[in-house]
Amino acid sequence: MLFNFMKLRANNPGHTLGDLAVGESGILEDFDMPQSIAEHLMNLGFVPGLEVLVARSGPGGNPRVYRVDGTEVALRRDLSRCIAVRPLHEPEAEVS
Amino acid sequence: MSIQGAVLVPKVAKGSPVYKTVAVVGPPNAGKTTLFNRLTGLRQKVGNFPGVTVEHHTGSFRVDSGEEVSLIDLPGVYSLNPKSEDEKVTVDVLNGVMPGAERPDAIILVLDSNNLNRHLVLAGRVIALGLPTLVLLNMADELHKQGGQIDVLPLARQLGTPVALVSAVTGEGLHAVANFLVATPHPPEPLELPIFGDPRHCREWAVRMGSQAAYRPGATPEWTRRLDSIFLHRIWGGVIFAVVIVAVFQTIFSLGQPASDLLQKLLDSVAVHLGNILPAGLINSLIVNGVWKGAGSVLVFLPQILLLFLVIGILEDSGYLARAAVISDKVMAKVGLNGKSFIPLLSAYGCAVPAIMATRTIENKRDRIATILIAPFMTCSARLPVYTMVIAAFIPNRPVLGPVVGTRAVAMLSLYVLGFAMAVATAKALKSSVLRSRDVAFIMELPPYRWPKWKSLGLRLMDRANAFIFRAGTVILGVSILLWALTYLPMHNGQPPAIADSAIAKVGHFIEPAIRPLGFNWRIGVGLLSSFAAREVIIATMGTLHGVDPESHGMALQEALKSDLTPAGAIALLVFFAFAMQCASTMAVVRRETNSWKWPILQFLYMTAVAYVAAFVAYRVTLLYWY
Repeated sequence: MLFNFMKLRANNPGHTLGDLAVGESGILEDFDMPQSIAEHLMNLGFVPGLEVLVARSGPGGNPRVYRVDGTEVALRRDLSRCIAVRPLHEPEAEVS
Repeated sequence: MSIQGAVLVPKVAKGSPVYKTVAVVGPPNAGKTTLFNRLTGLRQKVGNFPGVTVEHHTGSFRVDSGEEVSLIDLPGVYSLNPKSEDEKVTVDVLNGVMPGAERPDAIILVLDSNNLNRHLVLAGRVIALGLPTLVLLNMADELHKQGGQIDVLPLARQLGTPVALVSAVTGEGLHAVANFLVATPHPPEPLELPIFGDPRHCREWAVRMGSQAAYRPGATPEWTRRLDSIFLHRIWGGVIFAVVIVAVFQTIFSLGQPASDLLQKLLDSVAVHLGNILPAGLINSLIVNGVWKGAGSVLVFLPQILLLFLVIGILEDSGYLARAAVISDKVMAKVGLNGKSFIPLLSAYGCAVPAIMATRTIENKRDRIATILIAPFMTCSARLPVYTMVIAAFIPNRPVLGPVVGTRAVAMLSLYVLGFAMAVATAKALKSSVLRSRDVAFIMELPPYRWPKWKSLGLRLMDRANAFIFRAGTVILGVSILLWALTYLPMHNGQPPAIADSAIAKVGHFIEPAIRPLGFNWRIGVGLLSSFAAREVIIATMGTLHGVDPESHGMALQEALKSDLTPAGAIALLVFFAFAMQCASTMAVVRRETNSWKWPILQFLYMTAVAYVAAFVAYRVTLLYWY
């Protein structure tokens, strides 16, 4: 559904973790949230440059579970829309 | 060669320990507590540092020579950035500036060997403190089972500290701890430390450390994913959640009640025995009616309380509670809270005190205060004895839904719903007014599913049992003896007065005008007064009051109660207990956790006012429509 050249475009403003569908993954780029929350996310493995996979959606579609750096973390949709990612359209080997 | 000296610890642990106090540090979910329990066993106790709310365990570890080293289990932390309270405590203790805690001479750092790319960042921070450090890569059994591997020696060289691959569950590799404690102390001599301000750099450093050690993490266990695809399923997830919650309460009632009944029989027969062997008179009455009936009437609830903590402990340790938080998040959001409030609120069905301490995981301060304020509305185990007794005395058991669900079960359930509904209404009111908060972040780490460890469950249950028995043995015993004494005063010619002339009756009659609108007489009034120390005390009080009264002396307490309350008054009493904040321990813990008297006092006034008004309404409505 997206054109191929968009795959490599960094800092695309429309691309947040919240825009990815279940099963899709992206490379973490930036956080748009208070510093303390961003730091907490980074402690849990959400470090810019790492790959995140939308692992599953909880009952009711919110929160969703993300797999990053070997762990799984649940986030609400609104927070995941504050995390910029570069989508990867051919899912790479899963982060274990 | 100094690096070698620092890295290698002797193979055999002989000689005296070189450290007095050693801090155990590690991130959450790295198995730190299991390890601490394994090392110290029953030689541990819970404590609080003065002025802070963070609970910590201290214990002692015995080296081969028989000498002991004191271990402090510090709160789980991801970094040493003193922003959150847990991390501030850890940093302060490690720097030796925490009042009431000795500066540790060494550190045992516990990391999850399956998550080293994340956890080694903390190692960098800890090593930079310069204290002799032993790095334990825990959960080696899982690492191997899931196809991961690591070479500890290169990692030890890089970090400049001894490193051991261990499993707190199987005990594998744990001799390293004893070896470390008797070896010559060496400050760490790392080859390279990360730049701490830059998370990206920190992680790159951690990955480099790992790759030097040929680190390959194990795959997330397949069954965790499979279980999550059921437990977090769009439809089944919610259904299973409901079944689990119902099962929790069902277990407590169906197993806890017979156990309590058995204990009651035992305590009663001891009371009869005591009454027979002791010479008749004042001492006999004090021991049997004051002490035994008072404290014993509360002790019988120990089985139910332990069962509740056991079930919550199993859910927590298995990893399901984290999923329950995710599932409940959507509903909690409706009252302005988030899924993290679910865990404390579920524990509040056991006891509000640990529940309020569990609110520490809620990052948002306003959400945390709101959770603290509503937690005591949840039907805690101290209300259970009161409900059970009053319901058994006043509500005839008729079948409602088949032979299993009777009127008594419905009454009990309604009281649970009543407390819950008031909590929801209060949360909604608070979160849309004084405690409104904008950016709420719900961030929940989902640990892999694990089998709960009986040992750590057992240790926690012992903590709870000790706290409960301690309370029964001090506060409740004290109140019982005081009440007994008041029923014996003023003496006339060495004879105790008739109960209606005693000092206790005077106190009861003094407050009677305030409680008569609720349908309570002076005896219930005395019970209510005493229950503000702790709810279940009312039973001990009623037991003592009737125990010394010749008219109701021989009756079971339930029968005796019928002389104090009309059915409408009984309903009012139940409603009062559902809402009132009658618990000195809860007030103390709220004061400690919010660091001011403002919240506990407001909470007390609010809950008591709600309880009074609701009890009045319940009394009037019952009188009007039923009795």
